[in-house]
Amino acid sequence: MKYIDEYRDKQGAERYAKALAKITTRPWTIMEVCGGQTHAIVKFGIDQLLPAQITLVHGPGCPVCVTPLELIDKAIHIASQPGVIFCSFGDMLRVPGSNRDLLAVKAAGGDVRIVYSPMDAVKIARANPESAVVFFAVGFETTAPANAMSVFQAEREKIPNYSMLVSHVLVPPAMEAILSSPGNRVQSFLAAGHVCTVMGYNEYYPIVAKYRVPVVVTGFEPLDILQGIYMCVKQLEEGRAEVENQYTRVVRREGNAPAQQILREVFRVIPRKWRGVGEIPQSGFGLAAKYAAFDAEERFGIAAYTAEESGECISGEILKGVKKPHDCPAFGTRCTPEHPLGATMVSTEGACAAYYRYRRD
Amino acid sequence: MSDFTATCPIPFADYPSVLMAHGGGGRLTGQLIEKLFLPAFANPFLSQQHDGALLEINGQRVAFSTDSYVVQPLFFPGGDIGALAVNGTVNDLAMCGARPLYLSAGFIIEEGLSMETLWRIVQSMSRAAEAAGVQLVTGDTKVVDKGKGDGVFVNTAGIGIVDHRLTIAPASVLPGDAVLVSGDLGRHGMAIMSVREGLQFETTIESDCAPLAAPVQALLDADIRVRCLRDLTRGGLSSALNEIADASHTRIEIDERAVPVREEVRGACEILGFDPLYVANEGRLVAFVAPDDAERALAILRAHAPGGEAAAIGFVQPGGGSRHGRVTLKSRIGVIRILDMLTGEQLPRIC
Amino acid sequence: MCLAVPGKIITIADSPGNDPFERTARVSFGGIVKEVCLAYTPEAKIGDYVIVHVGFALNTVDEEEAHRVFEYLRQMDELAELETSPP
Repeated sequence: MKYIDEYRDKQGAERYAKALAKITTRPWTIMEVCGGQTHAIVKFGIDQLLPAQITLVHGPGCPVCVTPLELIDKAIHIASQPGVIFCSFGDMLRVPGSNRDLLAVKAAGGDVRIVYSPMDAVKIARANPESAVVFFAVGFETTAPANAMSVFQAEREKIPNYSMLVSHVLVPPAMEAILSSPGNRVQSFLAAGHVCTVMGYNEYYPIVAKYRVPVVVTGFEPLDILQGIYMCVKQLEEGRAEVENQYTRVVRREGNAPAQQILREVFRVIPRKWRGVGEIPQSGFGLAAKYAAFDAEERFGIAAYTAEESGECISGEILKGVKKPHDCPAFGTRCTPEHPLGATMVSTEGACAAYYRYRRD
Repeated sequence: MSDFTATCPIPFADYPSVLMAHGGGGRLTGQLIEKLFLPAFANPFLSQQHDGALLEINGQRVAFSTDSYVVQPLFFPGGDIGALAVNGTVNDLAMCGARPLYLSAGFIIEEGLSMETLWRIVQSMSRAAEAAGVQLVTGDTKVVDKGKGDGVFVNTAGIGIVDHRLTIAPASVLPGDAVLVSGDLGRHGMAIMSVREGLQFETTIESDCAPLAAPVQALLDADIRVRCLRDLTRGGLSSALNEIADASHTRIEIDERAVPVREEVRGACEILGFDPLYVANEGRLVAFVAPDDAERALAILRAHAPGGEAAAIGFVQPGGGSRHGRVTLKSRIGVIRILDMLTGEQLPRIC
Repeated sequence: MCLAVPGKIITIADSPGNDPFERTARVSFGGIVKEVCLAYTPEAKIGDYVIVHVGFALNTVDEEEAHRVFEYLRQMDELAELETSPP
């Protein structure tokens, strides 16, 4: 497949590995923020090609991992109501809430449907005017334009039975939170390529200036990730701290203007709680006033729900890159993909799940 | 019967209700079988945990197997529930190295199902039975209230005779054995996805639903030293390899680049975030054969597979070590990693 | 958030009333075809490759830039040769 296979080339990977070995003279810690990159790293075994001095840390890059517990509980509450068709991306179905997950709601008879796109949820709303169709709008900035469009269209067409449970999070505030937390060891970032496709990468310049960490906008195939890591290490070795773009075939500095326009129209920036990390100011999207009628939390009167996390799960520290899955006493024993204690084990991109499935040594 | 033993025992009380994942062919299915079914019916045949049971009746070796089909939609590109039901049991018997002869069919029909739909399914079964060289000799029909059935559920059971002297089972697998697949993977699962509401896409992917008795007979007739056969159904190639590695106490290493997957199937997997190694198949088998017979076996499989995409994908290695990580994969970029069992079904993802 | 796949635009359906937000395309991913919303890629045309996430094209793929990764590799190799070649 074009624009995929070429970037999975074995020789290319080996050449990058050799080049990295040549330029690396000291230990460096690099964080990749995006769960899709974590997935690729572990699936292809990219980290095994790196020189031993490079430590890759998996950051809070998975919307599944960072969606707060109470939001899962809210989703479960809504999906359990009669007359509701609850639509979601597949990722969210196995994330544990306080006492069960959406799959369990489905098992108990709830109408929970997996959709590929939020527009499929809108289609379902049009086709089922007597049901309340609720879409679980999670994701980073990559997914926000699609989710925004669903509400934009629903408002224009006046589809009264459509609403969204919103849990959008933003990447740059998370990076800042990590960089500013005491004990931070991250020296460089691979920025999420598809997030930057939408938002561009202007937001990283102030971060780089303030914290003096190289940030390289990186793609998702093995050669992209290897090149991104190479570019980070090169900067680190040379004492530079700049924003660079590895994923130039898709990412432009200004990002996608029409997408950003719709985001400004439909969403406003709000503080958001990140599972295991806590609340980060200005780190999420909520619906703008004009679209507040489509907010499922308001419609179902559950905005005030709270929930308490499992005492044992250390997802938060894993998401911040402070610990690795093996550091957790429950990893692989009390916490497994069949029996996850927290979201990093449930999501296939979660660091714990990835380690469990592909490594476990 | 799934050939699998759990690596991570989980208290039975943790699942007060049966989940969809228990039917997914992965870890939870295995646990259900091991913890709930096996202990209740303990006997040496069942503990073989292979697709069919190998029995001896008055000196004649006989294979006996059963399969149920609950697929939705009932008709999909390349097949339907009827053809699946016939080929499913035919293939289970073939995986024991048996020549399938007779089938039974049980129908549980939901009130309100259109008679024409039922007729089409039955016609399809008739054609499939003829193609597979088996006769449907007995059956049963029940009708359940509307809302209790999903259209129709079909169960088939079958018997076949075993003419050869080999023991075709995981226990016969030896280090050094070659691992072969009879064709390209992932067609059935992605064909089903292509017509699922909320995920549909235009495609020419058709299910690979097909009988496998003929290629198996051909292997046996050519005196190929077949150690083990498994048809790849839900859970895909990965589940089958993990089950066999576990049951045979060996390790298996495969090369991702050697695994045949058609471009369309890859495209569908890419957009939904699926891994073809876990996608369901219906007319594909994995064969473990003596290394010296691998080339001839491959030629025979290629002659029988439409498109001829049979391939040698890896080797068996000595066992030992932890129970986890018995199956390893050399990734596209040459790095070796564990190919684990899935917990439940693969779900489309955005991340 | 990350799973976006490159596909080739094979047909474009202009929306009734020419609303750019309702412009859609049939995009081929290795032969399978999905309907994709082009609201965010108004400049995309038939034959272009677009990167698609949850049914939306987020950008067109720049063919020239696509070679960068390999250009970079080539430059690294040349540099390595220069460094190891005898003076």
